Amino acid sequence: MTPPAPGSGSAAGARPGRSAVETADAVRAGRLTAAAVLEEHLAAIEARESELHAFNLVLADRARAEAAAVDESVAAGRDPGRLAGVTVALKDNLCTRGVETTCSSRILEGWKPPYDATVVTRLRQEGAVVVGKTNLDEFAMGSSTENSAFGPTRNPHDPTRVPGGSSGGSAAAVAAGFAGLALGSDTGGSIRQPAALCGVVGLKPTYGLVSRYGLIAFASSLDQIGPFAGTVADAALLLEVIAGHDAMDSTSLDAPAPSLLEGLDGGVEGLRIGVVSELMDGVEPAAAAAVEAAAHALSAAGAKVDRVSVPAAVYGLSAYYLIAPAEASSNLARYDGVRYGLRSEGPGGSADVAAMFAATRAAGFGDEVKRRIMLGTYALSAGYYDAYYGQAQRVRTLIIRDFDAAYRSFDILLSPTTPGPAFELDAKTSDPMAMYLSDVCTIPTNLAGHPAVTVPWWPEGSGLPLGIQVLAPALGEAVMLRAAAALEAAAP
Amino acid sequence: MTADTPGWETVVGLEVHCELRTATKLFCGCPNRFGQEPNTQICPVCTGQPGSLPVLNRMAVEMAMRIGLALHCRIEPSIFHRKNYFYPDMPKDYQVSQYDQPINIDGWLELPSGGRIGIERAHLEEDTGKITHVGGAGRIHDASHSLIDYNRAGVPLVEIVSRPDIRSAAQARDYVAELRSILVATGASDGKMEEGSLRVDANVSVRPRGSTEFGTRAEIKNVNSLRSLVRAIEYEAARQIGVLSDGGRVTLETRHWDEAGGRTTSGRTKEQSEDYRYFPEPDLVPVAPDAAWLGRVEAAMPVLPAARRSRLAQATGAPGEDIAVLVETGLDELVLAAVAAGADARTAVNRATNEVAGALETGTPPPPATFARLVKMETEGALTATQAKTVLADMLRDGGEPEELARQRGFEALASDALADAVSAVIEANPAEWERFKAGEAKVAGFFVGQVMKATRGNADGGAVTAELRRRAGI
Ligand SMILES: [Zn+2]
Repeated sequence: MTPPAPGSGSAAGARPGRSAVETADAVRAGRLTAAAVLEEHLAAIEARESELHAFNLVLADRARAEAAAVDESVAAGRDPGRLAGVTVALKDNLCTRGVETTCSSRILEGWKPPYDATVVTRLRQEGAVVVGKTNLDEFAMGSSTENSAFGPTRNPHDPTRVPGGSSGGSAAAVAAGFAGLALGSDTGGSIRQPAALCGVVGLKPTYGLVSRYGLIAFASSLDQIGPFAGTVADAALLLEVIAGHDAMDSTSLDAPAPSLLEGLDGGVEGLRIGVVSELMDGVEPAAAAAVEAAAHALSAAGAKVDRVSVPAAVYGLSAYYLIAPAEASSNLARYDGVRYGLRSEGPGGSADVAAMFAATRAAGFGDEVKRRIMLGTYALSAGYYDAYYGQAQRVRTLIIRDFDAAYRSFDILLSPTTPGPAFELDAKTSDPMAMYLSDVCTIPTNLAGHPAVTVPWWPEGSGLPLGIQVLAPALGEAVMLRAAAALEAAAP
Repeated sequence: MTADTPGWETVVGLEVHCELRTATKLFCGCPNRFGQEPNTQICPVCTGQPGSLPVLNRMAVEMAMRIGLALHCRIEPSIFHRKNYFYPDMPKDYQVSQYDQPINIDGWLELPSGGRIGIERAHLEEDTGKITHVGGAGRIHDASHSLIDYNRAGVPLVEIVSRPDIRSAAQARDYVAELRSILVATGASDGKMEEGSLRVDANVSVRPRGSTEFGTRAEIKNVNSLRSLVRAIEYEAARQIGVLSDGGRVTLETRHWDEAGGRTTSGRTKEQSEDYRYFPEPDLVPVAPDAAWLGRVEAAMPVLPAARRSRLAQATGAPGEDIAVLVETGLDELVLAAVAAGADARTAVNRATNEVAGALETGTPPPPATFARLVKMETEGALTATQAKTVLADMLRDGGEPEELARQRGFEALASDALADAVSAVIEANPAEWERFKAGEAKVAGFFVGQVMKATRGNADGGAVTAELRRRAGI
């Protein structure tokens, strides 16, 4: 298995040739120190962070202490864990005890959570070194990381372009070698879309496979935490560590963490793979061509590839833009200036609590967040609920039904991850609908609660990566990753 | 106008919020404890910290099921909704509550006086924090600032909604009193209205007697005792009758009971009430108690007040008021055990209703067997009634055995010979009074009883003295 080569002419380059799997093996065996690994990443950050702005916060000192603790463990003959010495960047909507967590919003600026997210605890238990908190579209609402209150992140392969979003900082951090691995959150494609645009692997797990405890909610019924990695095997390793039941999350599945690395190189001989027709329509020709090429490669490796229809998938975007804003309008109500974060009394310092709520929220939220809160509030209003939120939930049921039908004939499905490669900064900021369309291929999976992973695909002669999306039924991560590994091996 | 103006009928439906006596809160592990230092019983979940998630307390569900069973409800698969509105005492700015699929539906409560009040639903929800307005007169509009205590935020509540079957303030009081006994009996509530662990809102309307349509209602809040409930309903019904009699119309609104002023005042009208934008809470999964769980809860149900009342009435034949007091105070078990141990039922009921019930705040009831021995000492004449009460007071205060306590007090009921001697001596010393007694002047009996008591230093039984006097006088 070869790590994906940076595209010809790419400026990424700085990513160490060592995978996370190899790093952890070497550190556990004492052949490499966590401190040395960290310094490589800190040097990469030093070289390019001011240009890319992947991080809201780099935790160099804390990371050095964590790396030293890992090295001490190894020296003392203890096993620091499956991620020994591997650096991980965390999307800045994952709570870290005592470390500022902002969601790239003014309204949470300066807030230090009193607790660690479950995924953060699990990373620490396995010897990972947290290198920083990455930039995102405010409250994970966006597809370019331009909606950050702290300025956009740039694409390491072409800094005039966006890294995608909302987890653009995490995608860029892995692509630029700032961290060995990263975590993001995916509500409608916020892991897979930026991973595709930055040329890395990004995975959205089955809903409920990874605990959401400590993930600052955008849309609770869609949000899922997942890995960014340089290789499919690294993504599998990170998912193994963070997956599994958590008593703190009622929607966490009562299933043991899956074993994913084992059998990853099993190949696709005999696997039935369907290319989703509805997700091939309307994408750029290069994106469709990449999927055709990927399908051909899998077919050559022994898979049975055919076209498949998932008719309700075309309604995914519309349903998503009712359900996600509706849940967000409620999830974001708590930012009212009473308990934490920004408080604005408004002009004249009104003593009225309602005026304080309004002034705080007007000053603290950016335009896109306000737009979605308004959309969602409207969709839930008395008299409109059934026509909007209710109808969207019925569409969701149809999408699940159509995917189920497809999975009766196919083991996994294939589609483009995005309609096209990374676009230039400001290209879509004035047109929300154009921006929303960036997630047209990824959203149906979130509505169904299924897993999907994007594998980098560099078209011949292009300096910008695309992504091939591999979709699987609920808890189909193992077969999905096996196909992804085969794609990775076959990629140009 | 008064509430019982002829030609008018009062219609009441009650919403009772009951704080559950669970060890922990509804969605987190914080202690559910009243009266602690502000903001010491809190965590990321119950203060709505970003990223935190609720996990449902199984015990709260079980208590809700007990309440449902006690109120003859159907127990249904249920879900939670979010009720969205902004208020600083609510950490998430939404309340997690059951909406159109509550756990308990369609039950009834039987009043001690007879008659059933329908129960529409009894659903689970979380409590809010508590706001204290500081400065000014403690009212919101002239306060300088407000303090919020989140200790109560997330405490489990069951809201019990009656049907509009109640027809008077007195019936509303009886309903709440009976409901409180039921809630205490199930172990779900401590029943303390003063501490706010039981909170009552009353939907009050009036209509011309004979009408089958409901009038426009007002929802009365801030009712903190049974007495206020009666006053508030009577005031509000009278007010509405006045409005309608004058040709006006009643506004659909929330009104606050002003205890000091003895009246209700207008709050916000329901026409301008908020749109709560209810939607299913995506952070929780449905609650669907299976047959096995329901069976376990059913099997563990205590005997409820109605059944306890009829059991006690059968065993003692005591009057209804005494029965009600004994069941209400939980002393029915003591009386039943004493009677089973051979004590006289009537005497046991009297001592329990008067002495034991009266001392519950300060003393500890004796064990049933000990109580039974005291009752027997009284009925067998070893102690007079007065002495028995004194010994019982000692037992309630300090514990101890009745025989020993009576000995320490020097109580030895007079044997009948000694009593007869004492009576002879008093008659001899007071011949004039004796003549008057014999002539039928009954009140002189009191004089003789007093004299005998004095002579025996209280060791005589008043009843026995009177009987002896009447025997000798031949009357
Ligand atoms: Zn708590």
